[in-house]
Amino acid sequence: MIINSRFFNRSELIGFLSLALLLVVILPLCLDVFRLNLVAKYLTYAFVAIGLVMCWGYGGILSLGQGVFFGLGGYCMAMFLKLEASSVENTKIQSTPGIPDFMDWNQITALPMFWKPFHSLTLTIIAILVVPTLLAFIIGAAMFKRRVGGVYFAIITQAIAAIATILIIGQQGYTGGINGMTDLRTLLGWDIRTDSAKVILYFFEVIVLFACIIAAQFIRLTKLGRILVAMREQEDRVRFSGYSVANFKIFAFCAAAMFAAIGGAMFTLQIGFMSPSFVGIVPSIEMVIYTAVGGRSSIFGAVYGALLVNFAKTSLSESFPQMWLFGLGGLFIAVVLFFPNGLSGIWKDHVQRHVDRLLAMRSPKARKDWAIKSAADGAPAE
Amino acid sequence: MLIGHQPKEFLLAVEGLTVSFDGFKAVNDLSFYVEENEIRVIIGPNGAGKTTVLDLICGKTQATSGSVQFRGKELTKLKENQIVQAGVGRKFQTPSVYEDLTVFENLEISYPRGRSVFGSLMFQRDAAAKERVEEVAEMIFLKDRLNMYADVLSHGQKQWLEIGMLLIQDPDLLMLDEPVAGMSVSERVKTAELLNTIIKNRSVLVIEHDMKFVEDIAHKVTVLHQGQILSEGTMEKVQNDPKVIEVYLGH
Repeated sequence: MIINSRFFNRSELIGFLSLALLLVVILPLCLDVFRLNLVAKYLTYAFVAIGLVMCWGYGGILSLGQGVFFGLGGYCMAMFLKLEASSVENTKIQSTPGIPDFMDWNQITALPMFWKPFHSLTLTIIAILVVPTLLAFIIGAAMFKRRVGGVYFAIITQAIAAIATILIIGQQGYTGGINGMTDLRTLLGWDIRTDSAKVILYFFEVIVLFACIIAAQFIRLTKLGRILVAMREQEDRVRFSGYSVANFKIFAFCAAAMFAAIGGAMFTLQIGFMSPSFVGIVPSIEMVIYTAVGGRSSIFGAVYGALLVNFAKTSLSESFPQMWLFGLGGLFIAVVLFFPNGLSGIWKDHVQRHVDRLLAMRSPKARKDWAIKSAADGAPAE
Repeated sequence: MLIGHQPKEFLLAVEGLTVSFDGFKAVNDLSFYVEENEIRVIIGPNGAGKTTVLDLICGKTQATSGSVQFRGKELTKLKENQIVQAGVGRKFQTPSVYEDLTVFENLEISYPRGRSVFGSLMFQRDAAAKERVEEVAEMIFLKDRLNMYADVLSHGQKQWLEIGMLLIQDPDLLMLDEPVAGMSVSERVKTAELLNTIIKNRSVLVIEHDMKFVEDIAHKVTVLHQGQILSEGTMEKVQNDPKVIEVYLGH
């Protein structure tokens, strides 16, 4: 099904396979466990970036609050792991054993109601997928039905990111406050802090990432995907062709939220903690930058954007800790000014042609196809 | 014609329609009626409220008071997409096509199936849809350009594409806002020909300045001036109306 010329065209298939080669073979062979774990962390942002490609790149809805959904997914996962780490035996020195340590420090004596479902992994997975999507639905319905869009929507999502941070920090007894949820140890009894667990979790994450790429590609190729692009350009034309534009925007925003939440849950598993510093305005804007650098209308570009910007962030902040934020800002300005289509745009305009020519030379039939294709439309929309 | 058609049953009945923007009445107590299969042209000087009338009918602008009845349905209470689904199609003044999509995809989006979110997710490009798109593409002279992106089309071709997008919707009432504006002479002739084929079996409401074109297609003409009807009737009657000559045709 996937290796099917209609699902991925040739250049997308090359993109898919080379990404798979990089993530499954090259990086695990070249990097030690510490660096591989860093890549795993970067990849958690790729989930968010893929969501932003759908919502911002295709649908034209810029959200500056994806950190909220990333955080919600991450916190749901962290709540499950925290409960497992807070068994009566582990917490017998607390005044109330069996509840997370930060609750005990905040004089809470019983597990709050909304924590109880997180004893079950099944309910936790459902919560990771449903809770952020539901929140996105409520925000989306409230905004898009009233025709709030563009810059106003972006500002509101940013405000929501700020509110979420304040709420998490303020409700210390229920959320762990500014320190977040730390000291997460095991997943169903399996220690996630060991090197071997980190490698296994890395491969698990890569599999989930590819599932998300395929899901996003599926959506892109349906009529819904084309309506999103149409909506970005001519909202009124779509509306007067009989579509409820608000419903399509809500869908795109919910899908982006769900992708971000999956990324957040992966983040908690990889890093072993979750804190409000991944929820607020700054991380939310950084997520948009990953997408812009990768190319906001390219699913693969989003993954590379997340990897590269985070790699640069790590290297630069190791050597010039004060300079990093300036670098990030400069990068964003440069991309917007000079490469509005990001890395994928550079690839499509300057590299794709040569790759196509190289491949076309191999068989006369392919050469003919290529000639027809390039005559018809130039590069395919990605 | 409809079976059991009654002469008093109008397809579109606009009554007492008024819209005021901060006190300025762009359309003021306007009433007119369009019959089945009628071609009505609205003319009038700039700022007469012609485009606003179309905006009010298709729901883009909310009326301050008055009613718009379409086949007995009150359109002023419906949302834009519901009005489209009731059978009213609208072409905008500037060509509104999706430049990042191909001609085929532009037409396909207007194909009236899979209009809900999940409907469009499950929509399959089947033989019926393909056939219909190709049929319409042939009518709008773009059959050999189906796989081109719409941004490479000329202005006239974009206008045709948008007309095609309305055509595939198959509305009972088609509203066109200056369909030949900005076209070359040869494109204008082709467009008149195109309009003459597509206006069969439906009612059409056209705004146009090109009097030659109006004369060719209109059954009845409504002249608007300052948001009100100045004159209404056949082209001949309107052209000889001294009030019309003074405010509009005399120039």
